[in-house]
Amino acid sequence: MAFTSEEVLAGLAELINDETGIATDSVALDKSFTDDLDIDSISMMTIVVNAEEKFDVKIPDEEVKNLTTVGDAVTFIVNAQG
Amino acid sequence: MTTIVVTGIGATSPIGGTTRDSWSALLAGASGARPIEEEWIEKYEIPVTFAAQALVRPEEVLERQEVKRLDPSSQFALIAAREAWADAGSPEVAPERILVDYATGIGGLWTLLDAWDTLREKGPRRVLPMTIPMLMPNAAAAAISMHLGARAGARSVVSACASGTESIANAYEHLQLGLADVVVAGGTEAVVHPLPIAAFASMQALSKRNDDPAAASRPYDVDRDGFVLGEGAAALVLETKEHALARGARIYAELAGGSVTSDSYHITAPDPEGSGAARAVIAALEQAGATADDVTHINAHATSTPVGDVAEFEALKRVFGDRVGEIPVSATKASTGHLLGGTGALEAIFTILALHERTAPPTINLDNQDERIPLDVVTSPRALGDGPQLAISNSFGFGGHNSVVAFRSYDD
Repeated sequence: MAFTSEEVLAGLAELINDETGIATDSVALDKSFTDDLDIDSISMMTIVVNAEEKFDVKIPDEEVKNLTTVGDAVTFIVNAQG
Repeated sequence: MTTIVVTGIGATSPIGGTTRDSWSALLAGASGARPIEEEWIEKYEIPVTFAAQALVRPEEVLERQEVKRLDPSSQFALIAAREAWADAGSPEVAPERILVDYATGIGGLWTLLDAWDTLREKGPRRVLPMTIPMLMPNAAAAAISMHLGARAGARSVVSACASGTESIANAYEHLQLGLADVVVAGGTEAVVHPLPIAAFASMQALSKRNDDPAAASRPYDVDRDGFVLGEGAAALVLETKEHALARGARIYAELAGGSVTSDSYHITAPDPEGSGAARAVIAALEQAGATADDVTHINAHATSTPVGDVAEFEALKRVFGDRVGEIPVSATKASTGHLLGGTGALEAIFTILALHERTAPPTINLDNQDERIPLDVVTSPRALGDGPQLAISNSFGFGGHNSVVAFRSYDD
């Protein structure tokens, strides 16, 4: 069963909170992972690894650098679902 | 020679979450050995079903991010180092003059083996990117350095069960060389995991007294049958006396010497003649400007193995001669179990407190003393007297590592 955009956003917010302690309600579609949320590269890769498992998708390493905002990640994950 | 003093101590151990709790429990004759309540004991039919696990729950005293990004061994280290630093009055020192020299025997074993499980069960994509910085043996030193803002260096010595003591010996050298004004030293270990238990049991090193864990660690007793695996960490804040006095610090004791020698004899067995261990004791006393006659207390390595306890006695006999049976000896692993890379630092703290409080701590479980080891073993807290005191703490590790630190009582 595919996840909706809202579900992916909520799920990502939980993963981000778990990894960084950032409040889930601070995680919004327009937020930049680096500039707004101050997520370093190692945390970003941790979130990617956990997101792949949570949403059962594959996020190629070369794609990660294109995921600037939370919205980019939500869109990619929604489209990547089988 | 520069006089070096101890101004802060921190410990988290199987008998207490803090230094004070650990010391009180030690004086009260507590044992930290308990059954391991984990499903893996039955699942893998682990032959030894108990250990001396740390009492502290890291998630209750550390920030969540610290717990997530640190292996348990580094978590214990950070808890101990924070306590020691606060105990020293959180000294204001230029970052470039604070050095961390912090040891472990094994490193981030839980992280390594959990990641291996993940790789096998879920594939390489699921292996988390923090795996390497969490498992590396310098992780604890790095975590302490980052937490304190220490920039004179973050070093890690690895010498099995001598590690924690060797770290303090290194700190002695760093301060003598003027590399820093303040050094945080110590050691940690967190390997109460089925693999090391199986491996230590395989080499017949562990006590198998599954029916009575509290009585299992029994140094010098005729019925000793191996050591009890422990976990935890300890940390010391060390500085030059001049620096300590200038900032009005409370001084526990003087770190009078710290030495390292090696046996070059056998990878695990101690040299039965104890010559390497004896040289380490003599070297530490020479640094202290003292002789064997000056020693008034010994915290022995005494792991409760049939062979090791005798070998250490032989080494002590070489150094102290006929006086060997007249010096009060405490074998505190009877209470704490063996913290491997953390053990020397914890025992150094017990030695420091023995001098500071003028009380040698007890050695529990000594029912029938091995006649081959005619030491004066302290079995209930014993007053050390008012005069000047000089104590040594010994540690020996697989690989033939010997390290000894000497502490002198300090009077204002």
